[in-house]
Amino acid sequence: TCVQCLGDGNTSLQKLATSIVFFFCLSDVSCNSVEQKIYVELNNTVPCVRLLNATHQIGCQSSISGDTGVIHVLESEEDLEWPLSKGPNPPYMVLLESSLFTRSIMMKMKNESNRVAGVAVVVPNTSPPEFSPHTTCPNENTGVYSDNYGPNLAHCNTTVWNPRGNGLSYEEFDFPVFSLKEDNETEFIKQCYLDHNRAVNGSAPQYPLCAMQLFSHMHAVTNTPTCMRRNDINFSINPEMVCDPLGDYNVWGSIRPYNDTVFGHKENESVVIAAARLDSRAFFWEVSTGAEGSVSGFVTLLAAAQALREVTHEAPPTRNILFAFFQGETFDYIGSSRMVYDMENGKFVIDLDNIHSVLEIGQVALHSGNNLFLHSDPVSRRNNTVNDVVKNLVNNLQSSTAGLGFLLVEPNVSQPLPPSSLQRFLRAQPIPGIVLADHESAFNNRYYESFYDNAANLNLTYPSDLSPEEQLEFVTHTAESLTDVATVVARALYKQAGGDESRVNTIKADPKIVTQMLYGFLVSSNNSWFQAVMAPELKNILKPSPPEYYVGVAMSSTPTRLVQYLLANLTGAATNLTQSQCQKPDELPNESRQMYSYLWVQGIVPPNSTERDSFCVRASVRLTKAVSPAFELGEYASKDYSTWTESRWKFIKARIFLVASRDLEMLTLGVGVAVLFTSLLVTYFISTKADVLFSSTREPASAAY
Amino acid sequence: MTAAVFFGCAFIAFGPAFSLFIFTIAKDPLRVIILIAGAFFWLVSLLLSSLVWFIATKATNAQDLTLQKNLLIFGSIFSVILQEVFRFGYYRLLRKANEGLAAISEEDGPPLSVREMAYVAGLGFGIMSGAFSMINTLSDSLGPGTVGMFGDSQYYFITSALMTLALTMLHTFWGVVFFEGCERKRWWVIAVVLCVHLMVFSLSLLNPFYVGSILPVYAIMLLMAVWAFFSSGGSLHNITLLWTCRKSNAETSS
Repeated sequence: TCVQCLGDGNTSLQKLATSIVFFFCLSDVSCNSVEQKIYVELNNTVPCVRLLNATHQIGCQSSISGDTGVIHVLESEEDLEWPLSKGPNPPYMVLLESSLFTRSIMMKMKNESNRVAGVAVVVPNTSPPEFSPHTTCPNENTGVYSDNYGPNLAHCNTTVWNPRGNGLSYEEFDFPVFSLKEDNETEFIKQCYLDHNRAVNGSAPQYPLCAMQLFSHMHAVTNTPTCMRRNDINFSINPEMVCDPLGDYNVWGSIRPYNDTVFGHKENESVVIAAARLDSRAFFWEVSTGAEGSVSGFVTLLAAAQALREVTHEAPPTRNILFAFFQGETFDYIGSSRMVYDMENGKFVIDLDNIHSVLEIGQVALHSGNNLFLHSDPVSRRNNTVNDVVKNLVNNLQSSTAGLGFLLVEPNVSQPLPPSSLQRFLRAQPIPGIVLADHESAFNNRYYESFYDNAANLNLTYPSDLSPEEQLEFVTHTAESLTDVATVVARALYKQAGGDESRVNTIKADPKIVTQMLYGFLVSSNNSWFQAVMAPELKNILKPSPPEYYVGVAMSSTPTRLVQYLLANLTGAATNLTQSQCQKPDELPNESRQMYSYLWVQGIVPPNSTERDSFCVRASVRLTKAVSPAFELGEYASKDYSTWTESRWKFIKARIFLVASRDLEMLTLGVGVAVLFTSLLVTYFISTKADVLFSSTREPASAAY
Repeated sequence: MTAAVFFGCAFIAFGPAFSLFIFTIAKDPLRVIILIAGAFFWLVSLLLSSLVWFIATKATNAQDLTLQKNLLIFGSIFSVILQEVFRFGYYRLLRKANEGLAAISEEDGPPLSVREMAYVAGLGFGIMSGAFSMINTLSDSLGPGTVGMFGDSQYYFITSALMTLALTMLHTFWGVVFFEGCERKRWWVIAVVLCVHLMVFSLSLLNPFYVGSILPVYAIMLLMAVWAFFSSGGSLHNITLLWTCRKSNAETSS
């Protein structure tokens, strides 16, 4: 995290000079500050930061005063020879197009890292054919499959889920790697390279050369136990923290409310859990879009929750349905492992024995051939009771697709569950569960956990002549197909929870809501619908761009808040409470803060007025902490739980400038020293002989020199 | 451009001033006081002239670049005139103070001659003027980059340091000549100093054509050095005396 976003290490002289210059550079006066002649700050850059777990550190590191290198624009893999061996002015700062951002090139540069000062990757607006920096087998050590449980299924021995993965996100680089957008700044950098750094006819390029400096110094080293130990050192009044655990909040809501103060096992309570994950990641810090990886799943689940609202009020099913949205699943299942831990230790409103079955929505937006697949765990299905419940769930799901254009199919071969939160539940006890996904074996997602997994990956296109508000309402093909999936999920959940069979066909998800959610989560979060469902004090988290799905360390992730308020608006009820009553509902006879959460939301702007129609929503939607149990227990080297932490840093910036040759610098120093010595000698000489030199008009009784 | 350039330029710009300070001023507290007061006078003159310039720029269109450049030239000419006015003001102040110092000193008569005060005052002006010219540039020379991205010459730092050195020495010489002229009531000296100052300023406008700006400025500096030498009591005879003195010392000691 950014602790102190000011430059460090300025001498007081520099501060004086810059403050003097700043005084003269106020407002519109065009000022020839020397610094502006030298440096060009790069503003649209995203760094790669360091993450640590129990045994390793991954990511990138720069030196504390930045890494400077002569810019070299890489043209092909063979051109790597120039920065790595042939170039006469190491170290080099290599500028890569995204097509060259491959594992082989990065590994070559990692091996010769004394000649590479850093890497800058230009990220284009169009995606390459495929790119996934994640590993081929996501979360392989913290899932359910291990040497004790389905050993032939562990470590992706039967199915490689992410075959396109090159594992770059999990490599450690000791030089900084930044990403640049394809804009004017990058053009300027390339022009600077063409003007100054090109070798003419095989001879070395002449000084001054164009160089880049990247600052991304990370404070944490080695692994999580080391950095957590260093966090605890209490030397001074202001202890320096070096890393923070990744985590945020899980969102959960249920059809029938639970008393939030009564934890543990509930007698005769049987719950169907519907789960989805909220987060994703990318190689660079925080710029994760996760369209297929996570958004498709949780949008479907939100739409299903909305579809179930009416029918569960009129004809409540036997079992309760609990909608759970887990954060931090990318990093070894932080959210789901925390919920399972809470259930095991009686810190959640239900416990594992109350769970009847689990239906998880995985990646569901890219179904080609119109089939979706129902993944289940073959090891737990060897138990007949579990198997029966699973078969029943499969039946419920398959019968729910009547009238819609696709089928739900179980995979042909016996293969493990894909990476999913259900695996953490199975680690605790054999629970029947199904993961719904659009891939039969390997992912259909060609950009799993990368910054290209965006709206374009889902073919989310709008006609070009629409305004943003019209785009919000426009129902895209993607929205229609996800609506159908949501309808299937809602019907299956209702049947699974023992609801009235005659009402099943009335359950339909609303495509309007799905397309508005897709627009808000993948194109622009600052739209009128999101503004209407959010609280007034949270409206600043809405931006004209899509939200970031990286789980982060600040416990204030935008997707969590959005999903919390959306779930409340879609499954809860609007009440007549005033704003002060909404904050203290316990004073009213029929309301209870223990059973429900009361959220004051902005509401829409009525046509003929400017004031918003705010109101109080009562919903059984809660947030629970999603920080890995390893940090609660203090087991920072845990092999069972996620131990991911993110390093802290002071500032991150990038700039380009020209560097002069060493010869000119030494010449300047030499001339300076010569001038100093000469002046010292001459002054000494003149001052000792002053009486002779200036004797003719010495005034009487004046002081001697 | 890194520490080598920082120290090189610092030594070039402030080396002579530093050595003058160490060998001729630092031992005598009165001289130090006159030096610092001189620096302060120069500073006040710069502040007032920059106020005028600031008001002028604020009152006009900030986007019109030629107008702003002309305003800068006007402001600098005004600053040169104001500096000379303040030099005259400082001369008057020192003359008045001299009588008071003579009254309280232990010896009979004033502790410092007008010549010494002239030299110290000029050096004070020069040091402060050099500091203001150079400190900003020096602080930016510490970083890894050098000037040149937007077409400026890469010798920017060295030439800035050389100009600062020349300006410091010029202020010293002007101080000597100016005070001597005021003492002898030769008012044309003031006019000449003002004109030479304006000439140096206009030569500096020729940057980055460094050949046309630095070489003439150094030529002027040499001329002023000769004039200051003669006006502070030196003569060719003294130089030959010095030479023969050294020769005879060498002969007797060998």
